[in-house]
Amino acid sequence: MTETPPNPARGFLFGQRLSRTGHWVRSAFFSGPAVLWLTFLLLVPLLLIVGISFMTRGEYGGVEFPLTLDSYKRLAGFGELGFDNLYPLILLRSLALGAGTAALCLLAALPLAFFIARLPGWWRHVGLTLVVVPFWTNLLIRTYAWQILLAPESGLARLAHSLGFVAAGEPLYPGVFAVMLGMVCDFLPFMTLPLYASVEKIDWTLAEAAADLGADRCSVFRHALLPQITPGLVAGLVLVFLPATGQFVIPDLLGGAKTAMLGNVIQQQFASSRDWPFGAAISTAALLLVTAGMWIYLRRGSKEESPL
Amino acid sequence: MNRRSWTLNLAAAVLYAFLYAPIVVVIVYSFNSARFGGAWTGFTTEWYRTLLSNSTALAAAKNTLLLGVFSTVISTVLGTLLAFGLSRYQFPGRGLFARLLFVPVFIPDVVLAVALLLTYSLVRSWTGFLELGLGTMILAHVTFQIPFVAIVVRSRLAGLDSSLEEAARDLGASEWRTFRHVTLPLILPGVLAGAMLAFTLSLDDFVVSFFTSGPGSTTLPILIYSSVKRGITPDINALSTFIILASIGGTVLVALLQHLRAPGSRR
Repeated sequence: MTETPPNPARGFLFGQRLSRTGHWVRSAFFSGPAVLWLTFLLLVPLLLIVGISFMTRGEYGGVEFPLTLDSYKRLAGFGELGFDNLYPLILLRSLALGAGTAALCLLAALPLAFFIARLPGWWRHVGLTLVVVPFWTNLLIRTYAWQILLAPESGLARLAHSLGFVAAGEPLYPGVFAVMLGMVCDFLPFMTLPLYASVEKIDWTLAEAAADLGADRCSVFRHALLPQITPGLVAGLVLVFLPATGQFVIPDLLGGAKTAMLGNVIQQQFASSRDWPFGAAISTAALLLVTAGMWIYLRRGSKEESPL
Repeated sequence: MNRRSWTLNLAAAVLYAFLYAPIVVVIVYSFNSARFGGAWTGFTTEWYRTLLSNSTALAAAKNTLLLGVFSTVISTVLGTLLAFGLSRYQFPGRGLFARLLFVPVFIPDVVLAVALLLTYSLVRSWTGFLELGLGTMILAHVTFQIPFVAIVVRSRLAGLDSSLEEAARDLGASEWRTFRHVTLPLILPGVLAGAMLAFTLSLDDFVVSFFTSGPGSTTLPILIYSSVKRGITPDINALSTFIILASIGGTVLVALLQHLRAPGSRR
């Protein structure tokens, strides 16, 4: 959604005959309350996090001066006790799990989006609503359910045992496999919905023309279809990658200490470790990632409706 | 039916099964008579009966509803006014603000939660206000709800035929009357969809609530999380089943609302 200023020529009636003061007075009434709310409860808190990340940890929790870059050094692996790869590793793991989730979701969402787009009339709404329902079902519930599905007594665990992956009576969680499975399942709708919005609008005559001109199936997809669904594809990748990278609940319930991610470390710093500056530094790193992702998302250059 | 569409149908069936496996297993296991472990030992409705006499669960349900209703009302009013203000009137920093709206869509829950927690504790150390509890949770929920309401209502406003507003003005209606009697009824389906969205987001939220809650303000997601941490029990599955059914009902309602086309809407 790119920002266009209110344009009198297009008939933005309310703004048409107003002076600059007129605009301000009406903005104060309509936008004012929400602007104030979001300034004090969104903008200021986020700036506070950035500010605190440069401070020193206080003796009893809390924060103190002087300003320092210690938290960022620690995040990069250069702590007081020499090089320690713990935090760089967590950072890389979060990025890798986020990227892996986004890639797998894309692979799964493509057939799903094309399937729904090809359904006739009313069935298309049904197919779509069936994707929206998990989207709005509590993520915590859908995640802990995998603990049941991956428990030692479950069919999946017994199948894995008979294939020789795990010993009898062993659960399939916690671990990277369970975290990935939970993530892909939880975030698949985030990818499918924007992708479907693009697939639905595909001009199939282009694909037919390409095929008539002798393109093989791969080239048809690559040159006639892919460019048409790129906006939805990019939106979906951003919508999956960012929340997946910053996930707290999924690695917490389906992973162990070996699969701790950014979100878990942030939680730890503010709950048990009480090292606010360090937690704030990790949050700031996550915010940078969000800013970059938002920039890509808003820059797609398409004004098409995303499900959000 | 060629071979290709057959593979596509099979892939879709597998993917739908994958999406619904967790939801179905929770519902099925809420009727499992085994108290511990994952083995199926027989059908029972006992967990629903114990749930209804569980005072902790009932208190959490009450908190969840209070939080959802209050935050939804506040965020729907503020978000709708904001959407209208942003699309009709100019003010310095308007573009920046319209972008800030997307931050809560993308930001990891944990980051927003700790940012609010820090702000609350700073304000508390200066003024003594903002004890953690239902109040601080409402403040937090409204913060992530406003942008979603505003984005939904704005997309409705963008599809609006402005000639109706112009006609009202030409016939002598004041700006306020035009907004109240022409614009608002036209965008009402969008406002209702935004409100439903805000309510669902509040109902679903665990992370932000977890960080900004105080003693006595436990909500259902927090209760489920702490129970799951101790080991899944069948009554938690029963509780989750209620929440799942509420989500399904809400989704269907929103789907129906979005298909209502108001007169004068271009889309």
